[in-house]
Amino acid sequence: MPKILLIEDESALQKALQSYLEREGYEMVGALDGQIGLELAEKEKPDLILLDLILPKINGFEVLKKLKENSLTESIPIIVLTNLEDLRHIDEALKSDIKAYLVKAEYTLEEVVEKIKQTLK
Amino acid sequence: MKLKNVLNSLNPFYSCKKYSIPFWQCPSFVFLLMGGFIIVVILLTYFIATAEIGNPKIVNLIILGIAAFLIMIDYIITKSFERISEAYQMKTEFINIVSHQLRTPLVNLKYSLSSLMHNTTAKFSPEQLEYLNIFKENNQRMIDLLKNLLTLVKIETKELSLKKEEVSLTEITKKVILNLKSQLENSNIVITLKTQKNLPKILGDLYWIEQIIKNLLDNAIRYSLQGGEIKVRVYFKDKKVHLEIQDTGVGIPIEEQKYIFQKFFRSENILKYQTKGTGLSLYISKKILNLMKGRVWFRSKENKGTTFYIVLPPIFYKKSKIILF
Repeated sequence: MPKILLIEDESALQKALQSYLEREGYEMVGALDGQIGLELAEKEKPDLILLDLILPKINGFEVLKKLKENSLTESIPIIVLTNLEDLRHIDEALKSDIKAYLVKAEYTLEEVVEKIKQTLK
Repeated sequence: MKLKNVLNSLNPFYSCKKYSIPFWQCPSFVFLLMGGFIIVVILLTYFIATAEIGNPKIVNLIILGIAAFLIMIDYIITKSFERISEAYQMKTEFINIVSHQLRTPLVNLKYSLSSLMHNTTAKFSPEQLEYLNIFKENNQRMIDLLKNLLTLVKIETKELSLKKEEVSLTEITKKVILNLKSQLENSNIVITLKTQKNLPKILGDLYWIEQIIKNLLDNAIRYSLQGGEIKVRVYFKDKKVHLEIQDTGVGIPIEEQKYIFQKFFRSENILKYQTKGTGLSLYISKKILNLMKGRVWFRSKENKGTTFYIVLPPIFYKKSKIILF
């Protein structure tokens, strides 16, 4: 059962994504801020990380950089799921090796799950 | 239009009116006033100083007076610049609030609803499902409206950043039609696409071009009555790539045609058929196409249908290449 780490500070979104993905057969681990997110990435070794960019404590861009710098987490595929849609934010995130940059308002939950399935194939 | 812009830039009151600043606080007006004042006062000082050469006190006093007046004007100018930057700051903050604070709960609602409706173990009655679909639809409308409002503000403050990508108009059109398949089938509308071979690509923002075509096709479907026909053509003419979307829908009354690209405008006869829509999409489409050096226009006859035309400049246009097309 593939394991997904969801780093997202909105608890409503945590709940919605977790229960949807659990029904789809994934094991879910959730973090509500960047710091816990980084700790869990190391400890849980997930198969994929879903990452928001606006996060308390350590923001998503920092998390992204730290995940890629750490030899334990650098190879975990990352999908960014955020409300930020300015080109400069997208460019900043794309500097790191990410599998997809999804703007929440532009994608349906079904499309996000589809992207996860494709990435895990 | 260009002459008007030049005249406006020369008019010291224009920018103040634009930023809602009273004219006596307006930098361009105060600079003019200061310039005039300095010339007059220096001339006066010259004459007084020549006449009162034996009385240096008066000359000194005048110079002190001038310095005090200039300091006062400097103060007004600095204050008004502060006000302009404050207004700019407020606008940026407003965009920030709209895009993030307001969007976040709407997106949370969207994902929560999808998750709830995806749960097959929860059995909803037909009535409950109907309500859930109403929530979903209205939530999406708010998200779309916010997006349009944000784009509008970005266009008007010249902050919309567009990518420059090589785009095949034919490929995007095919993709958009494919995505609208179920909507077309539900409305019982036949769509045909005619394209030319070896059409040159265009330079523009793929995302926005797709949105514009989607929006025009969506309008064509919504304002077609059941069983209509939509003809889409992509071709090269007069050194430009053209896209034509022709429907057999309700058409736009002649007296309303001149308002179609204005923001928040919704045609009376369209409201009879469709109450949804923000009246912003066509305005945004036109502005964005203009930014990509393209154009959009239409021809319409009430109860007969409407044809929308888009033209965009091709990449690498060379005279010798025309033969190929």
